[in-house]
Amino acid sequence: MATATATRGGRPAVYPDRPAGAGRRRRALTWILLVVGILVVWEGLKFLGGTPWRAPGSLPGPANSILWNPPFRWPFVNDLNLPHVWNIALAFFDPWQRGADRNVAQLLFDAALYTWKEAALGFLLGTVIGLALATVFVHSRIAERALVPYVVASQTVPIIAIAPLITYAFGGSTLAVVVIATYLTFFPVTIAMIVGLRSFDPRALELTRSYAASRWDVYRKLRLPASLPYLFTALKIAATASIVGAIIGESPGGIADGLGRVILTYNQYYITGPEKLWAAIIASGLLGVGFYLVVRAVEVTVLRGRPGAAEG
Amino acid sequence: MTADDAAPPTSPVVRIAGVDKVFARGDQAVTKALEGIDLEIQSGEFVSLIGPSGCGKSTLLRIVGDLISPSTGTVTVNGKSAERARRDRDYGMVFQAPVLFDWRTVEDNVKLPLEILGQDAATRTARAREMLELVELGDFMKHHPYQLSGGMQQRVAIARALAFQPSILLMDEPFGALDEMTRERMNSEVLRIWEQTATTILFVTHSIPEAVFLSSRVVVMSPRPGRITTVVDIDLPRPRNEDSRESRRYFELVTTVREALRRGGGTADDGATIDPASVDRTMAEGAVG
Repeated sequence: MATATATRGGRPAVYPDRPAGAGRRRRALTWILLVVGILVVWEGLKFLGGTPWRAPGSLPGPANSILWNPPFRWPFVNDLNLPHVWNIALAFFDPWQRGADRNVAQLLFDAALYTWKEAALGFLLGTVIGLALATVFVHSRIAERALVPYVVASQTVPIIAIAPLITYAFGGSTLAVVVIATYLTFFPVTIAMIVGLRSFDPRALELTRSYAASRWDVYRKLRLPASLPYLFTALKIAATASIVGAIIGESPGGIADGLGRVILTYNQYYITGPEKLWAAIIASGLLGVGFYLVVRAVEVTVLRGRPGAAEG
Repeated sequence: MTADDAAPPTSPVVRIAGVDKVFARGDQAVTKALEGIDLEIQSGEFVSLIGPSGCGKSTLLRIVGDLISPSTGTVTVNGKSAERARRDRDYGMVFQAPVLFDWRTVEDNVKLPLEILGQDAATRTARAREMLELVELGDFMKHHPYQLSGGMQQRVAIARALAFQPSILLMDEPFGALDEMTRERMNSEVLRIWEQTATTILFVTHSIPEAVFLSSRVVVMSPRPGRITTVVDIDLPRPRNEDSRESRRYFELVTTVREALRRGGGTADDGATIDPASVDRTMAEGAVG
C-alpha cells in the first residue's frame, strides 16, 4: 500500500521531527557558552589592562588594598568604561538614586514595562499599516512602483532626526512615542509581506479559479496563510525595532516613566555610577529579547504543523 | 461490450466546436497550439486526450475548464458557456501536481472548495470525511500533506475535486509524476470512483496503457498544431480490473492507439511532462474569479 511511506501516530516519516529535547538543549548550551564567553573576554581584558582591582568597600589610596595590579593600562577597559560584571550585577540592588526607597532593578522593571506598552502599541499599529500597504502593493503594480520608493526612503532618514519633530507635533505625549515605534515597525512588515503575499504556489491560482473564488477568498485562503512565515520573520525584526523606537522616542519628550528617561539620567551620572547605565542597557536588551521571544512563541504556535516549522 | 459504452443519445455535457488556440508571445512568432478541435463528451463518459508532448492536450483541457480562452470557436458545458460553467462550479480539477496547501490538514484541504462555496461547517465536515473515505484516506484526515506519499497526495487532490460534486472532472496528467506501480493502482482507484460517482471525466495523459485501461473513448491528437486525428472507442468490458490489462482485447486496443499516434506523427510516453503552451502567463497575477 501507499501507506508504507506514511506514518503512525501523526509523526511524519518524510520529515521526522527531531527529538524534541536535543535541539533545544544544544541551543540553550550554545547560548550559555556565548554569555560565559563574553564575560570571560570582558573580565580577561580588565585583568590584563584595567584599573587596579581593590577589595570591596576600600577607597582609592593605600596600596595594600589592591588585590590585583594589571600589567597594562588600557583606557577602554578601565572601571569607568567597562565596569566589573559583578559591580553591574550589584548595581541592580542599589537605590536607584541617593536616598530612594526603590532599587535600580525595581525602577528598571517598571520603566521597561512602561516602554514595552508604548512599543507594543506601535508594533501593532506598524503591523496593521505594513500589512495594509503590502496588500495594496501586491494587488496594484502601479501603487507598488509609485509608493515603495517612498517607503524605503522613509527609513533612510535617521530616526534620531525625526523623533524630536514627532515629539513636538504630538506635544510630548506618549502618542509621539507610539508613532515613532510605528514608524520603525511598519517598514519590515511592508517589505516582507510584499514578498510573502506573492509566495504561494502559482498553480494554486488555477485551482482557486476553478472554484470561481473571489479575490477576497484568494487573499484569506491562499495569499495570507502562505505569507505567514514571512510575516513572522518581519514581526521578529519589528518587535526589537519597536523597543528601540520607543526608547529613542522617549528621550526628547518629557516621558518620565520609560527606559529612555532612565538611560538619559544614568548617562548624566555616568562618572559617579557607570554600573547603573550598564544595568539600564542590560534591561533594554532584555526587554527587546523578551518581546522577540513572545513573537517567536506566537509563531511556533501559529505555524505548528507546517513543514520546517521547527526552524528558528 | 456493455450498453453504457455505446454513446447514448443524450445532450452532451461538453461540446467543443471549431476551437483554435494561438499563443502570441510579444514580438516572437505566434505558436499555433490547437487547430479545428471538435469534440462532444456525453454524460458519464470517461474521455482521454492522448498525444505527444506539446500537442496542446493540456491546453484543450484548460480551455474546457475556462482557465484560458480559445482564440476561436466555442466550448459549451451543460448548455452554458465554459465561463458560466466555471462560475457555477461545474468543474472539479486535478492537476499533475496535487497543489495541496501545506498549512492545512488533509481534511481541511478537502474542505477548501466547500468553504469558498459557503457551505456550513457540519456539511463540510461530513462531506470531507465522505470524500476521504471514498479515496481510502479516512485514517489520514488529520495528517498534513507533506506527511503523505505522492500517490496519497494525489488522492487527496481527487477527493478535493469531487468534494462539491462537480458534474465534470478535468484531470491533467494527474498520475504523470507517479511511478508505474502507483500509477496502475491509482488507475483502478479512479475507475472505482468514476463508477461510484457517475461523474463525467476528461483525462489528459501521455500513457497509452493508462488511456486504454480507463477510458470509454480515447481521443488521439497530433503534434503542434494539435488536431484530433482519431477517436478510438474502447470496448473493453467493464468492470475493468487488473485482469483487463492482460486481456487480448486490451493489447489490441493499445496497439490501435499506438498506431493512431504514429500516423499522427508523434509517439506518446516520451517522458516530457510539461506542456509550455499550457501555462498562461496572465494567470500568474490577479485575474481571478
